[in-house]
Amino acid sequence: MSQDDETQESSEQVEASSSGDQLLPQLVAHLREHRAKLRDEWASRIRDAHLLEAMTPQEMSAETTSVYDNYVEVLETGSVEALQHYARDLSERIIPRGVETHEVVGIVLLLRDVLARSLFEKYQRDFGLLNRILDAYEPAANRIANTVAVSFVDERERVIRQQQDAIRELSTPVLPVRERLLILPIIGVLDGERARQLTEQLLSGIRTHRAKVVVIDITGAPEVDETVANHLVQTVDASRLMGASVIITGLSPTIAQTLVTIGVDLSKMNTIGDLQGGLEEAERLLGFTVTRKAVTDGS
Amino acid sequence: MNSGPALVSILRQGDTLVASVHTALDDSEMVRFQNDLVSRIGEHRARGVIIDVAALDVIDSFASRTLRSIADIARLRGAVTVIVGIQPEVAFSMVRLGMDMGDVPTSLDLEEGLAYLARVNGRAAGGRRG
Repeated sequence: MSQDDETQESSEQVEASSSGDQLLPQLVAHLREHRAKLRDEWASRIRDAHLLEAMTPQEMSAETTSVYDNYVEVLETGSVEALQHYARDLSERIIPRGVETHEVVGIVLLLRDVLARSLFEKYQRDFGLLNRILDAYEPAANRIANTVAVSFVDERERVIRQQQDAIRELSTPVLPVRERLLILPIIGVLDGERARQLTEQLLSGIRTHRAKVVVIDITGAPEVDETVANHLVQTVDASRLMGASVIITGLSPTIAQTLVTIGVDLSKMNTIGDLQGGLEEAERLLGFTVTRKAVTDGS
Repeated sequence: MNSGPALVSILRQGDTLVASVHTALDDSEMVRFQNDLVSRIGEHRARGVIIDVAALDVIDSFASRTLRSIADIARLRGAVTVIVGIQPEVAFSMVRLGMDMGDVPTSLDLEEGLAYLARVNGRAAGGRRG
């Protein structure tokens, strides 16, 4: 008897996978028919889960409608390309709003569950049919969830890369101030990559501008770790090998404490409190004397 | 004493010797360079030595030690040594590998090196000899 059951079931499954093509339209028709109700249920579950709170109710309703329609369309056509495109678009709009990955994945999974529940409800009397419907529904639904998550993460990584490039481009200007005098203002967090780039630009700047004195101002650097501190020391040494002396200015109290605590050898470093003092010292080293003329005397 | 083409040219300019290293030197060539230069300092009664390493794209620990000892020896023989022309990449890889030039002064290029010597020797001796 039980063997009969098993054979029957397995033959049904074979049938299901072959007749999946006919089941999907049925499924899609069901989802289209109950679109308003299912969408509202989905939206309320999103609210209950406190997802997408960065968005206004109007935006939510617009986005959920189009996500729902896209979702059903993918189930119908089996092609994720349109969805990919839409997901990238959506991500582009919501990433600046601070929407997190878990929220995006969360709402897609919620939609999957809401739709699955409604299928349960509809087909609960016919277990075999329900099984086949789910066989058709689940892989497609998982593929959709996957696509949306991947598109979102891709988009976010693209944004991050773009921002990194932007930071890199404006991050380390080497500025000639006077003959033989360069200033290198460091703004923002110094990581290993930036520190390496900074050294490269500084050393080639010393050669092109024939600099004798370089003032590195780190007023704008919030923190310095051991790697970066050592890198800074190496930069100073390398500059000296090229015949330029380095003055470091703007060490914040925190950074100064960090440097002493981690035991970076600063004995060879010429440090001066602020940029103004650094420039004065640099001018002294170069033999400039800056004097202020009386205003009427200026010509 | 010399064998093979000169890998280092040592020129005299007044009381200064200018040694240009044209190509990467192996350890024995480095030693030969050291011997040549030190004996030339005595011959010419040089007061300053400039070693131009602009053509080198790598300076290893042996080379940097030899350059340092040349400077020390030259000082004992009465001449100040300046190393000039260290390239940016060379400078950075040297400090990365923990090498330095010790107390040996370094300058950007030949011109800067000559200016440095003029300043130092001018102060010490009050002018150049013929």
